[in-house]
Amino acid sequence: MEILVCIKQVPGTSKIDVDPITGVLKRDGVDSKMNPYDLFALEAALRLKEQKGGTIKVISMGPPQAKDVIKEAFMMGVDEGALVSDRKFAGADVLATSYTISQGVRQLGSFDLILCGKQTTDGDTAQVGPEMAEYLGIPHIANVLNIIEVKETSILVEMDMANTIEIAEIKFPCLLTVEKDIFQPRLPSYKKKLSTKDREIKIISFQDFQDQDEHRYGLAGSPTQVERIFPPAVNSDRETWTGTSAELSSQIASKLRQLKFV
Amino acid sequence: MSKLICHQEKLNESNICDLVKICPFGALEAKNGTLEITAGCKMCKLCVKKGPQGVMEFIEDVTPSVDKSLWRGIGVYVDHIEGEIHPVTMELIGKAKELAAVVDFPVYAVFIGSNIKDKAQELLHYGVDEVFVYDYEELKHFRIEPYTAAFADFIENAKPSSLLVGATTIGRSLAPRVAARFRTGLTADCTTLEMKENTDLVQIRPAFGGNIMAQIICPNTRPQMATVRYKVMTAPEKLCEPSGKITLCQLDPAKLTSAIEVLKVTRKENEENISDAEVIIAVGRALKSEKDLAMVEELAQLLEAQIACTRPLVEAGWLGAKQQIGLSGRTVKPKLIITLGISGAVQFTAGMNSSEQIFAINKDPHASIFNIAHYGIIGDLYEIVPQLIEDLKNSKALACAR
Repeated sequence: MEILVCIKQVPGTSKIDVDPITGVLKRDGVDSKMNPYDLFALEAALRLKEQKGGTIKVISMGPPQAKDVIKEAFMMGVDEGALVSDRKFAGADVLATSYTISQGVRQLGSFDLILCGKQTTDGDTAQVGPEMAEYLGIPHIANVLNIIEVKETSILVEMDMANTIEIAEIKFPCLLTVEKDIFQPRLPSYKKKLSTKDREIKIISFQDFQDQDEHRYGLAGSPTQVERIFPPAVNSDRETWTGTSAELSSQIASKLRQLKFV
Repeated sequence: MSKLICHQEKLNESNICDLVKICPFGALEAKNGTLEITAGCKMCKLCVKKGPQGVMEFIEDVTPSVDKSLWRGIGVYVDHIEGEIHPVTMELIGKAKELAAVVDFPVYAVFIGSNIKDKAQELLHYGVDEVFVYDYEELKHFRIEPYTAAFADFIENAKPSSLLVGATTIGRSLAPRVAARFRTGLTADCTTLEMKENTDLVQIRPAFGGNIMAQIICPNTRPQMATVRYKVMTAPEKLCEPSGKITLCQLDPAKLTSAIEVLKVTRKENEENISDAEVIIAVGRALKSEKDLAMVEELAQLLEAQIACTRPLVEAGWLGAKQQIGLSGRTVKPKLIITLGISGAVQFTAGMNSSEQIFAINKDPHASIFNIAHYGIIGDLYEIVPQLIEDLKNSKALACAR
């Protein structure tokens, strides 16, 4: 079974402030880590390989430093890894990112199953998986809670639909985005760290792609534009109310009505 | 293609340092007196705007824009499971009507499912101009390929300028697929939507874990797409008289096939979880006995709130461990939390201090809960709560009488 897992390097912290005067983002260091949701996709892939054999590849997109998360995937037991990286991809929004990764995937061969985490902790959109599936022309199921059975040409999964749980069978090739806690992710192994430390990570850049239309990548390929960023309004007003119980309770009631909780 | 360039000849030691610091993504690297832009660049252009004048330059390439006059109307995806319409749909219709009024657009709803013709009637009570119905046996369950095909068919025929989709499990799976097919923008989990005169949809969403708000537009492509979570927008009032029309749409049978087969659907048991609650009444040690919980429950019912507590009440066995807020319990971020007789130890407040509105009732004017409460009410919960219950009951009765 040929499995591909999509992983991303995300900032180690989500603590980011905007300088109120200059409008510049203030960041605390440049710590980064693997998107925690991706660990569940990796673990799912490793379990499937233990059951059915085959190989697991990972793909990531980002600056050269993003190799670190691919190395971490090696330490968990992944066989091969590739990084899609090029300055031409700068400024990519969800659409351009999905298209870019799908082009990268085509360079890596064919897969029975592509696994993604449910979302990332930095972008938080949960859109890249489904958009990639569209560009690869394969069906997808999001929010997979459980893998029930792997058959010769299909896989049986349980998906979370808010008010219902559905069991569905989906034919290969397909893409699944898995829920947090589908499996408990294993820790990276020190032994594997040593044995994979010289393993090559393939770098895929724009010139490797089939589609050489520059307008489909990076900022040019991104339909959305960020007009401005600003700090959220925080409720920092504090009031203290004193009085008789009757006054206080009617004051609370009218405030709740004003805030539309009643 | 637009690009960012660095005029290396204008660099010196100090401005290199400044530029490296300015880039929030660490994508500017100093190398032997030159500056390199790495693949980490997000093209935020802060280095152009805030950096030393003239060093970084953004060369813009004019992107061909669509003819916006060909795209009219605001479409809402009707979110449902087996014909049961999710209330987020009405909320989005409400928002769509507001947006449509700015540019004099019609409001459409697209309803994809099986055996749903009758249910489409319901939508006409909320002021939709036209409901496009795709009613086929194959669309009984949400399966990505046929649902995307139906949605795409609607877009090709109705040419809506903007599309609003509920950020439900289905919406979050379907909307990106459709956006990719039309190579258009999709903004997830918008909290504010506004319409510009030129029909561009202004979409505001929290980014970086809610620490920053981003205002996003999609000026060169149509349709513009946004997902919105449940309970962010307000549903319009249901009108007695239906208006608008229902259009039954045909879909090529070849587009109804799917590689997915849904084998079983089980209804989930409703388990209440204080982490998801929008309104919470939290009680603390000032509660004298277990039977006084009845009063708290009555208040919670009136506000459709869930009850939570501090640790001593769990230890006393009055409430379950799942209802405990704090470091050793759960973290909550409701729209409203009312704390009753809670002093506000850090172990507790750490689990709730990012709540949007905090009301605290406590006898002790020096209680530390008042440092984080937006409305600090100094008084005895045993006197205030019963009167508050009466007040709320009266206002409910008034609302019903109207």
